[in-house]
Amino acid sequence: MTSVDKLHPGDRGRVTRVDGFGAIRQRLLDMGLLPDAVIEVERRAPAGDPIWIRIQDSQLSLRRKEAEFVLVDVL
Amino acid sequence: MNATQTLGVLLAGNPNSGKSSIFNALTGARQHVANYPGATVEKRQGRFRVGSTVVDVIDLPGTYSLSSHSPEERIAQQALLDHESRVVVAVVDSTALRRSLVLLLQVLQAGARPVLCLNMSDEARRSGQVLDIEVLRRLLRAPVVETVGHKAQGMPALREAIVAAALSADDEQAVSLGPELDKAIVELVDALATADAPSRGRRWVATRLLIGDDATCAAVKARGLAGVRAVELAAHLREQLEARTSSDIAMLVTQAYQRRVDGILAQAVRSHPRPDARALSDKIDKVLADRFLGIPIFLAIMYAIFWVTFSVGEIPMGWIESGFAALGAWIVSLWPIGTTTPLQSLLVDGIIAGVGGVVVFVPNILLLFFGLALLEDTGYMARAAFLMDRLLSRFGLHGRSFVPMVTGFGCSIPGIMATRTLENEKDRLTTMLVLPLMSCGARLPVWLLLIPAFFAGSWRATALWGIYAAGIVLALLLALVLRRTVLRGEASPFVMELPPYRLPTPQAIVRKMAERGWIYVRKAGTTILGISVVMWALTSYPKPDTSQVDAAIASGRMVVADDSALVEAAAGVEVVSSEQADNLRAAEALQVSVAGRLGRAIEPVIRPLGFDWRVGTALIGSFAAKEVFVAQMGIVYSLGAADEESDDLRTRIRESYSPLAGLSLMLWLLISAPCMATFVVTRRESGSWKWAFLQLGGLTVAGYLVALVVYQIGRLIVG
Repeated sequence: MTSVDKLHPGDRGRVTRVDGFGAIRQRLLDMGLLPDAVIEVERRAPAGDPIWIRIQDSQLSLRRKEAEFVLVDVL
Repeated sequence: MNATQTLGVLLAGNPNSGKSSIFNALTGARQHVANYPGATVEKRQGRFRVGSTVVDVIDLPGTYSLSSHSPEERIAQQALLDHESRVVVAVVDSTALRRSLVLLLQVLQAGARPVLCLNMSDEARRSGQVLDIEVLRRLLRAPVVETVGHKAQGMPALREAIVAAALSADDEQAVSLGPELDKAIVELVDALATADAPSRGRRWVATRLLIGDDATCAAVKARGLAGVRAVELAAHLREQLEARTSSDIAMLVTQAYQRRVDGILAQAVRSHPRPDARALSDKIDKVLADRFLGIPIFLAIMYAIFWVTFSVGEIPMGWIESGFAALGAWIVSLWPIGTTTPLQSLLVDGIIAGVGGVVVFVPNILLLFFGLALLEDTGYMARAAFLMDRLLSRFGLHGRSFVPMVTGFGCSIPGIMATRTLENEKDRLTTMLVLPLMSCGARLPVWLLLIPAFFAGSWRATALWGIYAAGIVLALLLALVLRRTVLRGEASPFVMELPPYRLPTPQAIVRKMAERGWIYVRKAGTTILGISVVMWALTSYPKPDTSQVDAAIASGRMVVADDSALVEAAAGVEVVSSEQADNLRAAEALQVSVAGRLGRAIEPVIRPLGFDWRVGTALIGSFAAKEVFVAQMGIVYSLGAADEESDDLRTRIRESYSPLAGLSLMLWLLISAPCMATFVVTRRESGSWKWAFLQLGGLTVAGYLVALVVYQIGRLIVG
């Protein structure tokens, strides 16, 4: 199990847990980052931050600090 | 008899759901935009008619959910619970149903009578998605209308559905969140009833209590003992649930909503979108969002927008300038030649000069907003934010701050207006407050005047670049300071949706362009008119009772002759041309005027910066607009109408001030006192005077301190 900020473009993972608190956590949950959701890392910005991911029917970008909260099992 | 009835409806939906285009399509030109009191959040209201029924529409801020973490969410939540009408149009992006429908369920819990607006239905259909609308209607017990907002398709059906929902007598619906949560919510609803809480949306309030939302708990506690007990019950139930499931309540509730949405979609989706539905958009992103090409491409696009703005804008700018000049000449011609009266001066020097100065930029502003609207509506802005965020977030800003700030290099006003693109209030305010530090176009004449006065040829380009760089660095530092002090707080979420690229309709772009352009003209224009008149009065009155120049001429100490070769002056007699005499009179008048006196009055305060009363007077005059500084310096040095090309003025400045004072002056002009138009627009966009004054005061103080430190330390070093 690892966190999304450690993944590379092309990696896929199934969300197991979402840490964090407050507004950031709620936003992660609201955008669909819930346990059992499958995400795929599309690309990273220059300097590796933010991270662009695909999740079911949408695409999102998150900062590394936010991606650290999303724990996944690599697929 | 035709009795008009008035109904009310709220529009709710995610950001990027096309809610604004639905609002525009419903209400047409009959809109009114203001800010929610004390917030940067916009309140849009409008109305439309169906037969003899008038419907008032309020467009709520776009939100992903109805939690209480941001001003937008709090406002939306409050509006839903308080609004007289229970009708809510949930505008949903049909290509992102799984996420979008969650908001609809929350809206239902809040006691609304919903109308589901499946927006972007053309795109959804193209992607291969097929929905059974009837099933959706049955499951949601609400009308469902498919629309294409930016093409205004589906509006008649939507309007009818709204009216039908308003006139129906349906009770509030219960949204099932699973047996455990339902049980807890029912208990809390009972407790709320005992506490005599408003009957609207009790299930929603109960859910918020269960989650432990501070604002809701406080509000319920305020209802007295029964309320306090309700909050305690909620805490107890929450602990139980969390212990039993070894999860946390926010997660449990969000998962419950998602499960419910998935259950609905499982029955209503006849065929899913193809996996390659976004293929074209993704291909484009491979280039535009590329790790290496992304930023250069973005910079090139920004450069292109500015280039078009300034080069194409030149043409109409010229027309407008000529137009105002002609108007001025015509007004002067209404009086006998050679006379000047206060009224004439007011009209020409005050009003036409002031207002003309603003209106002349309208073509540029429109072009700029056209470019920005294009970036926003195609979805490219999100990519730009993605690319720039790393750099900007280190300073407490946001990826989306980049475009407004770069716009500020042209003019702060469109830059500040462009901060609307920032979803989070703290990010928006921080960007707005530091934006004036991006050296705007109006300051350029000032640099062009001062830099050659103090810097030798080879250093000039570096000095100019240095001033711009200093502005950027100071903006970033000030942003950091703001984020640690006044705008401190929990970091705001960046998590940002990247919608597929969409081709905007010309109407949408023109509409955005016209709306922003109109705001510029109206707000900046009307206030600048007022302040221009005030500035004109300050620099023109009081007039000197006796002109020393005229006295000198009368007593023979000064002789006016336009061809000095023809005049042999006695010793001690000064010969001046009539133009020079006029300039001397103008300088005299300025000294005696309020502005001049103020300049003298503040001299002790600005002397530690290396300035004198002449600079002080010019600074007071330049509050109206920065480029006026040059003109005022010209007058105060008796050079009449000077501009930044004036070598005479440069020479006088070089003679009067040391290079160190020159540097101090430039830093002051860079940092302090944004022009009044900036002040006014900041007030409007931030929703309160507090922020506008903070910007004005803060930048002035910062400018003073920086200029002071530079000058005094420089004196110690240079001697």
